[in-house]
Amino acid sequence: MHIPDGFLDPRTLAGTAVMGAGAVGYATSRLNRELDEGRIPVLAAMSAFVFAAQMVNFPIAGGTSGHLLGGALLTILFGPWAACLSLTAVLIIQALVFGDGGITALGANILNMAVLGTLAAYLTYRLLAGRATGFRPVATFVASWVSVVVAAVAAALELALAGTLPLRVALPAMASWHALIGLGEGIITTAVLAYLARVRPGLLGARPSEPAKVTA
Amino acid sequence: MTEPRHSRIHWWMLAAAGLVVLVLAPVASSWPDGLERVAEDHGFIDRAMTLLQAPIPDYLLPGLPGSAATALAGLLGVAVTFFAVWGVTRLALRTPRR
Repeated sequence: MHIPDGFLDPRTLAGTAVMGAGAVGYATSRLNRELDEGRIPVLAAMSAFVFAAQMVNFPIAGGTSGHLLGGALLTILFGPWAACLSLTAVLIIQALVFGDGGITALGANILNMAVLGTLAAYLTYRLLAGRATGFRPVATFVASWVSVVVAAVAAALELALAGTLPLRVALPAMASWHALIGLGEGIITTAVLAYLARVRPGLLGARPSEPAKVTA
Repeated sequence: MTEPRHSRIHWWMLAAAGLVVLVLAPVASSWPDGLERVAEDHGFIDRAMTLLQAPIPDYLLPGLPGSAATALAGLLGVAVTFFAVWGVTRLALRTPRR
């Protein structure tokens, strides 16, 4: 759901850019307390995997396709702040290098997918899994689905604010297609995490989304 | 800590990413995605424009035939993402705590 240039008006573009930048700045400041330096290579590799998976559109229905966003996958593994920075990097690279997502809409795309999508995944996962550690398949699936739908609803709100499409049309249209795409997100995320939990339980054994403890 | 510093898991993940762009990306669905579909159905797809001429537009490395263009563009993106996230998070962790 990368918004291209031309869909949003200057006011909405400016507003979303400011909100996106503020949220990414905050995520950067939180990273210190959350991410163990030893996990940087794994985060970088998983980000590359998310970039790759975003290239693979899967058909859903009625001649429409979707692809993994990866917000829930990254959030469950690394917490919401690292996930936000990772997805922001992916979105910047997609816009600058591959022309996927408008350069003026970068702030909106970051806000929708890297900020709101990951926060939705984080809150849903915490609600369902609590402080439990290890692989939680149901919480994973639901958090993945919610993250996609929340990002789509945010995009619908922006289209409405920009005057591109009335909210009563944009909201059901975006939400219904992405409710289907979200099922694919849930299946892929749950499969990848199930595999990782089996071959490397330590990756999911740590508190998935809590600040790192200062002392052991 | 959860992950030993010298774990090799990140190289396997990177290999998986490479496999995804080599094998799956060239056969990805070319149907419109959710937002494109909504834009087509409601008649505003034509508002989309390209303000920035990207070096590898639409994930196709210029000058190569179809599948190879996609696969190599993907490999490049995987590499750029890997090093960018590694560099940015390393810098972010080095900034002083508030």
